[in-house]
Amino acid sequence: MAVAQLPVAPEAAGPPPPSTPVHRIGERVLNVVAEIGGLAQFAGTTISWLFSRAPRWSVLVPNFYAIGVQSMAVVAITGTFIGMVLAVQAYSQFEMMGLATRMGSVINISLVKELGPVLAATMLAGRVGSSMAAELGTMRVTEQIDALSALGTNPINYLVVPRFLACVLLIPLLTLMADFMGVIGGAFVSIQLMKVDSFYYWYHSRQYVGSLDLLAGVFKSYFFGAAIALISCHRGFHSKAGAEGVGKAATEAFVYSFIMILVIDFVIGILWNAVYYAIWPNATGLL
Amino acid sequence: MSEPAAADRTEKRSGPIIELVGVSMKFRQQAVLRDISLKIERGQTVCIIGESGCGKTVMLKLMIGLLRPSRGVVKFDGRDLSTLKEKEIVQVRLRFGFLFQNAALFDSLTIFDNIAFGPREHDLFDRAELDQVVLDRLQEVGLPAGLETKKPAELSGGQRKRVGLARALALNPEVMLYDEPTTGLDPIMTDVINELILQTQRTKKATGVVVTHEMKTVAKVADRVVMLYPLTRLEPDEPQIIYDGPPERLEDHADKRIRQFVRGEAGERLRELSQGRE
Repeated sequence: MAVAQLPVAPEAAGPPPPSTPVHRIGERVLNVVAEIGGLAQFAGTTISWLFSRAPRWSVLVPNFYAIGVQSMAVVAITGTFIGMVLAVQAYSQFEMMGLATRMGSVINISLVKELGPVLAATMLAGRVGSSMAAELGTMRVTEQIDALSALGTNPINYLVVPRFLACVLLIPLLTLMADFMGVIGGAFVSIQLMKVDSFYYWYHSRQYVGSLDLLAGVFKSYFFGAAIALISCHRGFHSKAGAEGVGKAATEAFVYSFIMILVIDFVIGILWNAVYYAIWPNATGLL
Repeated sequence: MSEPAAADRTEKRSGPIIELVGVSMKFRQQAVLRDISLKIERGQTVCIIGESGCGKTVMLKLMIGLLRPSRGVVKFDGRDLSTLKEKEIVQVRLRFGFLFQNAALFDSLTIFDNIAFGPREHDLFDRAELDQVVLDRLQEVGLPAGLETKKPAELSGGQRKRVGLARALALNPEVMLYDEPTTGLDPIMTDVINELILQTQRTKKATGVVVTHEMKTVAKVADRVVMLYPLTRLEPDEPQIIYDGPPERLEDHADKRIRQFVRGEAGERLRELSQGRE
């Protein structure tokens, strides 16, 4: 398991390489491939440390607090408003078709399968991912990561593994909270403000939103948490020097995490549906 | 763990404790070190001097295995670092102490936790012993008790350096690496740090490698001086180590480059810099 930085290629003699547009495109492609390879290696090292030495409680607890507890308020507020906005936007269309009582099924299934997990993950990427990248980036440029190595401590085990565990283990709980607050927000607007019949609102919700739908959202949130932790820590570890370098690492952590959340959501969505319809080929739609 | 372990270990073995054999180092397209060969004997304090960017800090990081050379071999106690496994590298690093340029204290930890970090991570002491070790190290570097509950951000530059030194000494190292230990300090604090380096050398019999620009530090602590020259200003066949010897011979050396550096004379450098020649 590599601790020191990767060796650099030996000195090559000869003239500098030519620089044409084709070379520059090739160089960029190679850089992207190298970045992806570096991230894969980083993920592999993190996961192998996960099984070789458990982090200390004194290191885990502050990370769990910062990533889980301190994200609760922002995730709860986001979830509530998303539920309320969904209800406001859906009401006029459903009312026009005389299907206002069926709003609960659409709002709640959207929340538990898609919006709850994706928005909780997005908020986590924004609030925690950028912060992790900036913190680790600062540690990199102020030689604190080198100091860890010099003291015989593996920086990935000490810095990345606790953050990875906190993101992976706590994001399902944050997702459930976003789901719950969204359901409450949607119900409040639909029943209290739009005067939809509460009995039928909940009746249709229960009819079409099952535990498997809830499980689908929670299942993919584990992957979102892993992606956020690995991408953010990787960007932090490879931050360039100076305030600009650390700022760029923080921005990249959010942007790359967000893109990866959407990619994972898409891929798992396809796979989940394939499995679902393979098991229940006659499953009905919402309406 | 008994306190005089470092001295015992140093006396029992022979041969250079650190050896660089034909070491070159390159970051992407930029070569920093070229074909460096150097032996550091046990108990010796070696000062590495040279202009900014000539590869002094890189050399220190190669010695402790924080970087791997692009070419050549780095040996510690006769063993090639590149052949060591993860656990063996950790064991080697525990025999080093490293004072970083800006101390590199862990911002999120208190001074106590910073100093206790190494021994705690490697379960070297029980709780009571660890408390005593931290207090002893604070006392050794001239910091008052009561400081241990503060965070690094609350300390002055000199205090941070001394906490960095206390943290490095907490593992009772055989070899101390100092990366520009006096940079940014006032003259009094500079001398305090120099005295602490000497004290470490005398009381712990630790081998010392000091990267510095300060000629006062060199005069005070060095048994031997190694001067590096930037590769960008050398011909391809010129050696990068332009001086390796006792500190006394530096001042009136025949090589103009050495005299200029030691006396701090710009000479033609300003004109060269304005012509874009770093």
